Parts: sequence; structure tokens; C-alpha cells
Amino acid sequence: MSFRPEILWSDALLFLLLAAVLAFVLHVRRHEHLRAPWLRVAQSRMGVVTAVILAGYAAIGVLDSLHFRPALPVAAREPVQYGNEVLSVLDVLAEPLRLRVETTYSEPFALHLYAKENLSLPDGGQMRDYPRLKYGGAHLADTAGRAGDIAWRAAVGVLWGAGLAFGFWLLAALSQAWRARGFVPAITQLLRAPEAAAWRTALVTLSLLLVLGSVLGRLSLDYHILGTDKVGQDVFYLSLKSIRTGLLIGTLTTLIMLPFALFLGVAAGYYGGRVDDVIQYVYTTLNSIPGVLLIAAAVLVAQVYVETHPELFDTAAARSDLRLVFLCGILGVTSWTGLARLLRGETLKLRELEYIQAARAFGVANLRILSRHILPNVSHLVLITVVIDFSGLVLAEAVLSYVGVGVDPTMASWGNMINGARLELAREPMVWWQLAAAFLFMFVLVLSANLFADSVRDAFDPRAGGRA
Amino acid sequence: MLAYIVRRILYAIPILIGVNLLTFALFFVVNTPDDMARIHLGAKHVTPEAIERWKTEHGYDKPLFFNQVEQGVGKVSDTLFVDKSLKLFAFSFGQADDGRDIAREIGVRMWPSLAIALPTFLVGLMAYISFALVMVFFRATYLDFAGVVVCVVLMSISGLFYIIGGQYLLGKLWHWVPVSGYEPGWVGIKFLLLPILVGVVSGLGDSSRFYRTLFLEEIHKDYVRTARAKGLSERAVLFRHVLGNAMIPILTGAVVVIPRLFLGSLILESFFGIPGLGSYTIDAIQAQDFAIVRAMVFLGSVLYILGLLLTDLSYTAVDPRVRLE
Amino acid sequence: MNGLALHDLRVEIAAGERRLAPVDGVSLAIGPRECVALLGESGCGKSLTALALMRLLPEGLAITGGEANLNGIDLFALPERAMQRVRGGRLAMIFQEPMLSLNPVLTIAQQIAEALSVHRSLKGAAAAEIQRLLLAVGLPVDLAASYPFQLSGGQRQRALIATMLAGEPQLLIADEPTTALDVTVQAQILRLLKQLQVEQGMSLLLITHDLDVARDMADRVAIMYAGEVVEWAAREALYEQPFHPYTQKLFSVLPSTRRRGERLDHIPGNVPPLGTVFPGCRFQERCAQAWDRCRHEAPALYELRPGHRVRCHLAVEARPGLSRPNLPQSSEVEPPADQPALLQVQDLAVHFPIRRGLFRRTVGAVKAVDGVSFEIRTGETLALVGESGCGKSTLARGILRLIEPTAGSVWLAGMEIGRLDSEALRRKRAEMQIVFQDPFASLNPRMRVGDVLEEGMQALRPELGRAERKALVVRLLGQVGLDASAALRYPHAFSGGQRQRIAIARALAVEPKLLICDEPTSALDVSVQAQILNLLKDLQREHGLAYLFISHNLSVVAYLAHRVAVMYRGRIVEEGAAPSILSQPLHPYTRLLLASAPGQGLPQIAVFSEKFAQLGCPFAPRCGDVQPICAERNPSLDTWQGRRVACHLYG
Repeated sequence: MSFRPEILWSDALLFLLLAAVLAFVLHVRRHEHLRAPWLRVAQSRMGVVTAVILAGYAAIGVLDSLHFRPALPVAAREPVQYGNEVLSVLDVLAEPLRLRVETTYSEPFALHLYAKENLSLPDGGQMRDYPRLKYGGAHLADTAGRAGDIAWRAAVGVLWGAGLAFGFWLLAALSQAWRARGFVPAITQLLRAPEAAAWRTALVTLSLLLVLGSVLGRLSLDYHILGTDKVGQDVFYLSLKSIRTGLLIGTLTTLIMLPFALFLGVAAGYYGGRVDDVIQYVYTTLNSIPGVLLIAAAVLVAQVYVETHPELFDTAAARSDLRLVFLCGILGVTSWTGLARLLRGETLKLRELEYIQAARAFGVANLRILSRHILPNVSHLVLITVVIDFSGLVLAEAVLSYVGVGVDPTMASWGNMINGARLELAREPMVWWQLAAAFLFMFVLVLSANLFADSVRDAFDPRAGGRA
Repeated sequence: MLAYIVRRILYAIPILIGVNLLTFALFFVVNTPDDMARIHLGAKHVTPEAIERWKTEHGYDKPLFFNQVEQGVGKVSDTLFVDKSLKLFAFSFGQADDGRDIAREIGVRMWPSLAIALPTFLVGLMAYISFALVMVFFRATYLDFAGVVVCVVLMSISGLFYIIGGQYLLGKLWHWVPVSGYEPGWVGIKFLLLPILVGVVSGLGDSSRFYRTLFLEEIHKDYVRTARAKGLSERAVLFRHVLGNAMIPILTGAVVVIPRLFLGSLILESFFGIPGLGSYTIDAIQAQDFAIVRAMVFLGSVLYILGLLLTDLSYTAVDPRVRLE
Repeated sequence: MNGLALHDLRVEIAAGERRLAPVDGVSLAIGPRECVALLGESGCGKSLTALALMRLLPEGLAITGGEANLNGIDLFALPERAMQRVRGGRLAMIFQEPMLSLNPVLTIAQQIAEALSVHRSLKGAAAAEIQRLLLAVGLPVDLAASYPFQLSGGQRQRALIATMLAGEPQLLIADEPTTALDVTVQAQILRLLKQLQVEQGMSLLLITHDLDVARDMADRVAIMYAGEVVEWAAREALYEQPFHPYTQKLFSVLPSTRRRGERLDHIPGNVPPLGTVFPGCRFQERCAQAWDRCRHEAPALYELRPGHRVRCHLAVEARPGLSRPNLPQSSEVEPPADQPALLQVQDLAVHFPIRRGLFRRTVGAVKAVDGVSFEIRTGETLALVGESGCGKSTLARGILRLIEPTAGSVWLAGMEIGRLDSEALRRKRAEMQIVFQDPFASLNPRMRVGDVLEEGMQALRPELGRAERKALVVRLLGQVGLDASAALRYPHAFSGGQRQRIAIARALAVEPKLLICDEPTSALDVSVQAQILNLLKDLQREHGLAYLFISHNLSVVAYLAHRVAVMYRGRIVEEGAAPSILSQPLHPYTRLLLASAPGQGLPQIAVFSEKFAQLGCPFAPRCGDVQPICAERNPSLDTWQGRRVACHLYG
């Protein structure tokens, strides 16, 4: 099958972010004093476990960001045509989940729909009953065998996962083999040595994740493990697709606001006087507008713009993607003030420090003082803030989508899932699985991010050392 | 002191002007009234005449900054900028798309909002401080650690979950309180309990953990050591010295939100069907009623600046260093 | 049993698997009405010993051994509740930082009342008792309703003392009570403590790093090193015949007028870090007299003679043939007399505006520096002396144009600095450099030492290539006595003294003619101070550097300076050759400073109002020789017998 890669705006920004992270990692590796706090993060078990979980989320998000347009089936010798449908690598991997759409709600692991329909009986008559699902558990001839079937498939999943995990352990040992002089010493080192504790924790976490993933993956091939939604889409698939949205909101916002916050905060603190007055005025003004309202106003305005300029967007994906990027931008505008104020305060303190005075006594240029003395000494604050802000932004997406000023309603996101499910709450019996799935996926991500943020803060902020 | 207050008020004026210009730019320059009319009319009914009629009906049929047709002062005053933006300073908000007077609506709807927001604020503040104090009292023990874990878990749960969970458990399953609704007066209290509880719980993790760090920061100060060296009991040290000093940032940090309590909470009010300003705003956003959104943005800014002023005043009230210098 | 008996105290920190003992077997005895000084350099465990006695150790540290008996009470065995009655009652403690040790939001009276309510049931009589306590510590009664921020440093320390006296303690622990205070205030507080000790019949445990303070106050002295008491003797015995090699070194590293021509002795190496395992004597690595036995056997606290104990094998084993090391004598460097002035400062003023009212109009100015004139010649050291807040650091920054001066002019090697445009000023900066007080704040923690040293070269000597810069870095490090490998490390790997050397090397990198030293040794221990002072002297001899040496420490000034200028409230009040000023001060303020220096007994220093007059001589409210004219006219700095003095008494 031929295809054409498609780079959406948010993809480009995400790859830019990944490149920046990679450059940052390489930079840190080369500097002992930058490496030290990260080693402290690695020493905390919580930090390693949560980092692995976050990496799992990130991997799904990245897979879902490699977009392309498949070629339309056309007759031979005609020029290749590409459809308007934009797919991602994740969509391909999860194709069974994506394509097995029922007609409406069904419970997790259900064999029947959640609504009665008119069924035609073999004898030509009609009756109202819960019909069998088209895909979920369709292989079962006998509905009573469901429990055993699930257990059997889950066991197969565990084996898959264990095999994968074993592979990773071997890989880790192999990568250390040349340093440990031999494969067997490498394995013993990995299993025993106290300095390999962080690697062990990471590998154990990874193994558990792999087993869990394999079980879910295996089961989801034959069942809707988290049920289906109103139009019959697999909720597990929607939850996975929502990961990218949540991650992008949490990271792109930072990427967009960081340059402003850094530059304006540090400039206000360092130069003082009129510069400080102007910058303070700008952020007090922005701060004074209630955040949700500013976002709402901006998103409404953007919506009007998109609706009046349909010619600019050739696919639905591009339209909803631009709205996502715009949302990140406006979230950035409302959230840069906090970091800017923090940086301003810290710079005010640093400016009076003697090493800055010494640099000024050498006539070192202001820009150089900013880049060599101030920025490196506020970078830990930036890092801590970014990590802490991430979870707040992920949670904010849900609220904004509920208010109607979040991501595009057609985009998979936890906020949209909650919003869609809310209307069915009054239904008896309740449709609970869509809500539960969204909350669960969000909770694991946010909790990991919060705990990781704690580890990072403890490692980077000398004042907070040993307090939490 | 008086000069200080006057200066703060004067300082607020350019900020309000800034907010005003920003919203005007957002609502009238980036998107013209024509765009607005198109959205409201829907794609099928867009004709130049319909647009003009909509604009006339809603008072958008004027130039932005300069009116060529008018005479004298009217050239500047009979414009959208004066009509829609500058008049906000006189709290003249104009009419909503459904023709109702926005200022009157605000006057009516702020009371239900306050009925939720004020108790949530007060009960919350006390709950957060108490919880933080308990953790600090048992600092460096398993109780403290468990408290922090609870805080982090609570922080990691979406606020929407508390609402939906609360409605399901307390309303639907146990029938302790009505799921939603509102009634003015004392009989309406049963409608308020759940939203207040949800409001308090959803802030518990974040705030208690923050207050705990404030307390811990204070507890390591030299004067606390002096207090211990005097022979004060741990309780006296904690309540008189640590709490006394940590209350300064806590109170002054809390004061800033008090004026904004009028605006209510968007989410809570909408879920619980409270006819307050929060649900008013959310309805306006969903109906794309720009006049209401503009009014609320301006009102929010005014109240925020009022909050800043109150913060400064509260500093002078509780901190002798500020009061006497 | 009377007084305090501390036996074999051990304090431990749990650090992972290891247990570190910053206090390791300390024993002390303090009799009733006796003052014992616990003396040692930073990190030796003296403050932790005191906090352990109060059972107020910071979190993470714990008493793991030893007994403390205060007048029959076993302090370490008491339950916490009973210990609360002892704290502030029988046993009280005052701390180093008076600025931080009082609760900022409670009044002085409230804070004293708290202590009274815990330890004495006075009820209605409490107010009278508060007044009595305030008077006892020499504070005016009307300060009772004040908040701490309204008081000066000395007043706060007095208030803290009053709080601690409220419980009528039998033993008062004073942890560096005057280290953060000016020398004149220090003299007053020390005298107050001594007087209270005698009048109230208290015991006093004074913790200090200052040999002179201990000499004025103590009956017996314990010297601590690396968590142990190494010498324990009556004051007279210790000061006349110090025995332990470490104690001897502490005396011989002190600068003073007598040592002007000499190099100061120093202690090689650094204090061993916490967690070092000592097979033998803890001091042996730095000891010039150590021999084999010291390396393998830890010495006990031997009794040299009754009442004089020493932790040194020399006390029991005579070591023949050991000679005292000879200190290299360096002849005094005198600046060549015929040189023209390198730096000329004329009527320099730095004012900070005071803004008030509705529109923040400037209603006045803080005159931090108010018309200062002086000269320094090549190769000369001018010491600038004065109490904190007198404007000496602002003056230094004003000369360098790190702060823009309000008025006056500064000429460096014939060029007026104030008139240079920014590019010319930048180039001129190579000729004048500064070394700061705080060795921890003066180096960027995120830059390697090599980059720190190269920064100035890159800015001011662009002609140097990369290789030349690297070579120069190595040479500079050698000059200040550091290894070339230091260039690759980050500042946190170095001790305070080493960092100060790096800071000096950084300044030297651009080959300045004038080096401004802003209290370069006041944050350092005395043994390290000696190294820095020796280094500064060597550099002056080799490069003919001129120093503007800012200090509040008169013995350092006496050792180093050729000339001295005394500053008071933004003005120079007396200036002249160092020996003559220090032996025959003219201005009443100079006389007060000299009389307040510790180590001369406890002189009676009159406490005058700390307010200052708007008109006339700013020193008049504190002056003992005040005349009617002093209230009317501020005296100008006039020449008088080869010096310049600003006082109506002369001229």
C-alpha cells in the first residue's frame, strides 16, 4: 500500500520538542554538575517507575503522531490519489480496534448490545431483544464459555508479555556486556549490583507494563475490553487515541510559552526600571482576565475564523489539529505569567549576587551575563515548573472540552469522552465505562506526572530536600 | 496609608484600559461584526441584507473607531468602541443576544453563585489549613507520609470526577441530597451541600500540600528554635509561632480570590444546575453570545484588581513590618 | 554536683548506611558562676554540642551517647515534657543571628511574656517583670511594644537575652552571640553578658571562634577540633602556654601590628570532612610535629597538669630534636614614596533616592556615600574601616561604576572614570578589579573554574588566543597556590579559602593595577584568613598592586595596611598612616572602635543613643567629647599633624 506522509502542525511541534529534549539530554550527559540531580532522580524508585510509565504514554503519543494519507484504490496506470483520511501508525497497529465498530453502546467484554433492537427471527417473525455484537466475542458459539475464553486469552497475553519482557532484559544485559567484559558478568551485575538498582527498577516496571499491555492487547482483539460508545466505537481505542491529545496539551503549551516566560521574566528581573514596569504591566493585565474566559473568548474567535475561512483547511484532521495548536497557544498565554513572575523574582536575587557583580566588573556584556550566569542558574526552576504544570494542563483539557472551548469535538480526547458520556448518566442502567476509561487513563498519567514532578523537585531544589 | 491605597487604585486604571483594548481587539477587530452575524444567522440565511438587519438589531451597525456620518463629538463617540467597550467602565453592559439586560441578569444571578462559592471558600480554607497542620504536627512520620500520598492522589483526579462521583454516590445511590437544582432561601440548603462538598474536596490535595510546605518552611526558621529554647510546648510553638507567621502568606494569598467569588464556578454551577453567574457564562460561551462573554471578562478583571488591592490591604493588617514601615 | 557536667557526648547524623559523628566524645564541666568558652573553627561541632545540651538538634541528628547533668538533673534522660520546663528555665540559650531569632510578628513584650508564662506564675506582675528584664539588659522600657524589625541588631540581641533571662536560668548558653554584630556593639553585649553572669550567679557557656572574645570572657576554655575537645585549660594557662599544636597554630595565625613585617603562620590542608576515618590523631595530617605514633594511635585527653588536659601524645612522650618551624621573614613592603597617585577619589557621593507619597516623588536621599576623597599610590594598601552600613561597600562599587555615583570624580591612572563612554569604561575595567566577601556567592556554581578565570580574559584581553588563555589559567592557579587540575572542576568542590583564592586569581587574570578587596577574609576561619593575607602580601610585592582593603577587623588592618581611612555614615572621619592611627587615634569614633576591639579586657563603653542627628556632626549623639558646635556644623576633613581628621576637637 502506498501512502504519503502528512505532517500536521502539532506533529511538527512535537518533533521539535523531541529534538529539543534529545539535545538537552546530550547536553546534560556531558556536564557533571547537570548530571548530578538527574542521578538523584534515578536513585528514587518513585522517579524511575513514574518515568517508565510516562515513557509508555509518550511512546503511544509519538506513534499516534506519525501521520500519513493512504492511497485510494484506483485502477492501474492512473495517477495515485490520496484520500482525505489522515491515519497514524497507531491507527495501523490498532486497525482491528479501529474498524470493528458496533452500532451503539455495549458493556466491557459484552457479547450483546446495550440497547434492544428489532430482530428478525429465522422463522420470519420479529422480536425485541439485545442483539449479539458484530465483533465483540463473535467467535464464541456458546455465550456461557465467555469467562473461560477470557482467562485463556489473558494467559496467552501474559506469555506474550513475559517473552517481550525477557527480550528487554537480554537487550539490557547485552548493551552492558562489553563494559562488564562478558555476558554472564553483565547479567549478574544487572541482577545484583547496587549501582544497577535504577536499571532494575526500570526493567521491572517495563516488564509489568509489557505484560499488562500484552494481556489488554490480546483481549482487545476479540472483545471490546472497555466497551463501545454511542456510535459503537471501541472505547479502549478512543482512550489510546486520547493519549496524544493529552500529551500535546501538556507539552506543546509549555513549548510555546517557555520562550516568552524565560525572556520576559529574566529581562524584567535583570534590567529592572522601565523594562520591568512594562513587563509587569503586561502580565498583570493578562493575569487579571479570568483564565477560562480568556481561553473561551480566544477559542470562540478562532472558531469563527475557521468557520469563515473553510478554504484554508483541506482535511478535517488539519482543521481540528489547528484548533489544538491554537488551544495550546492560548493556554500558554494564560499560563506563562506564573513562570515569568517566578523567574523575575529569582533574577532579582541573582542580579545582586557577587559573581554577577564580578562579571559586570569585567565589563561582560549584558546578554552574555544573561546567558552564562543567569539562565543556567534559573534552569532548575524552569524544569520544576514545566514538570509540575504538565499535570495541571492535562486536567484542564477535560474541563475546557466540557465547557465547549477545548479541542475539536471530533478529536479523540478524554474531555470529549467525558463530555459525551455525561449526557448518558441519567440513563438507567448507567453507561459508566466511557467515563471510567477516561478518568482511569487520565488518572494514571497525571498521578505519574505528579509523582515524577515530586522526584524532580526533590532532586533539583536544594531547599525542598528531604521534606516531602 | 491613604496615599498608598489611592496609588494602587490609580495603578489599576491602565490595567483595566489594557483589558478593555484587548477584548475589543479580540471581539471586533480580529472578527468583524459581519463574521458574528454570519455565525448567528447560520450558513443558509446569510445575505447581505440579513447581516445588516442582524447588526442593526444588536447595535453593531456602527464604525469601529470613527464615525464619518456624525457631527462634532459624535464622530468619535457614536462608534462601536465607545458603545461596546468604553461603556463597560460605567458597568453598562448592554443587552444579551436574547435581548435581556446583562447588568440586571448579573445582579440577580450573583446571589446563587455566592451561596456556593463563599461557603466553599471558607470551609475549604479551614479544612486545608487543619489538614496541613495535622501533617506538620506529625512531620517525618508515616502519618505525614500517608497524608502527602493522599494529597498527591487527590490532586491527580480530575475535578469532573468528583462532581460525577459525588452526584452518583450521594445523590443517586444514597439519596442524601438532590442530584442537582436550586431554590432560594433556607429550604435551598439541601441543594448547596453537595456542590460545596465537591468544591472543598477537589481543592484539598493541592492546597493542603502547599500549606504544608509553607508550614515546614516556617518551622525551620531561627525564631521557632528560639521559641523552643524558651521551653514552649510543641503545640504552643506550632499554633502561636508557626501558624501565626505562615498565616500571613496563606491569608493574603487567599484574599485575592474573594472578589471573584461573585463570578461563581463554571463547572460546578453547570453540573448542579445552579442559576448563577458561572452557568450564565458557560451558557453564553456555548451560545456564542459575545456580549455576555465580554461583560464577564471585564467584570472578572475588575474583581481581580480589587482582589489585588485587598491583598495589599490585608498585608498591612496582618504584618506589622508592612503596617508600621 | 553543681553546675553542668557533660560526659562523652556523641551526636550522629544518619547518612544512608553510614553514621557520621560531628560531635564525638565531648566532655565538659562548668561550675556555678563560671564562664566556659568552647572555641573552634567552623564545622568543629561546637554549636551542635550546645544544641545537644538543649536537646534542640536539627532533624536528622541525634544524641547517641553521653550524659549531661545540670545541678542534679540528667538532661538526656528527661522525657520531652519535663525537658520543656528545663529549656528556658534552668537552661537557656541565645543564638548567633539576632535578626532571625525573634518572631517578626510579635512584640518584644509578647515574646518575653511567653517565656514568663511557661516558667513563672506571675499573672498581674508580669508587666512589671518585663520592665525589669528590659532594664536589666539595658533596653529602654518603651521598646516593650516594639516589633523586632524596629530594633537595631544590638537591641535585638539584648531583647533575646531578656527573653532568655525570664526563666532565671542557672546556665546560659551563648552561641556566637556577637559574631553578626559590629565591634562596638559586640563590646557592649559581651560586657552585658559578663555583668549578668556575675550579678545573677549564672554559669555561662560561650561558643565562639574568636580567641580574643574568649580571653575577655572565659574562666576556662575548651578548644575543639573535628568533633573532639583537644585542649581544656584555665584561661591564664591556655593563653600563656598553649600546648596542643593546633592551639598554638590558632595563636600564631592571628594577624596583628606586631607581625607586620612577618609572614603569617598557617595550617596546611583543610579541616577533615565529616565521615573521615581516623586511625590516629585527628590533627596529625596538618601537624608539623606529628610522628609515627600520631598516625596509628589516637591520643587520649591526657592530664598535663591539674586542670590542664591535652589530646596530644606530646603530653606523655617528649620528642627530642623537634624544632619549631622557622617562619620565613619577609621584609615589610613599603610603597615607593615618589609615585604619583594611582587612584584619586574626589568628593565621591552615592545617594539613593527615598520616594514617598502618591506619586512616589523623591523626597530625600539616603546618603550612603557623602563626599569622600582619598588617594592610593601604586603598591600601597589603603584600608577602609567602619561599621556595617557606613557605606564602605557602596563606595567600592561606586568607584568601579557598578553603581553610578551621584557626584564627584574618580581618576584611575590619570583618566577620569566617570567621563568614559561605555566602551572605554569596559577597557578601563582591566585596570581595576574587585574581590568580594562571600566566597560561596562570588563564583558561579554552574561554571568550571577554568571558565570562571577565562571570563575576564575573554571580555578584556581579546588579543589572547585560546591556548594562551589556557596557559594563563594554569599560571594563575599556580600563583594562588592551586593545582592546574582545578580548572576542570566546579566551585562546589572547593573550600571557602580555596574559592577565595580562585576569586583572587579571576581578578588577577586581567592584570589590574588596583584591587579592591571587600572584606575578603571575614567569612573565613582564622587559619584560612592567614593564607589569604599572605597571598595578598606576596602579590603586592610581586606585581606592585595597589589595594583598597575594606574591613571591619582592626587586627587584619593593622597587619596589612599602609594607610587607614575610617568611615562613619558615608564620610571619612580620619585618615592617615596605619601605625600612627592605630596607636594614637584622634577622632572619638576611631578611639571608640579601637577601644571596642576584643582581647583587652572588657572596657566600659558608654551606650549612647543610636539615633543620629540631622544637623551637625553625625557622630555627636554617640560622642563622649561632644561640644555645642558639634550640633550645629558638620566638621570638614582637615589636615592635623600629618593626618586628616573631621572633628571639631582638632583644628
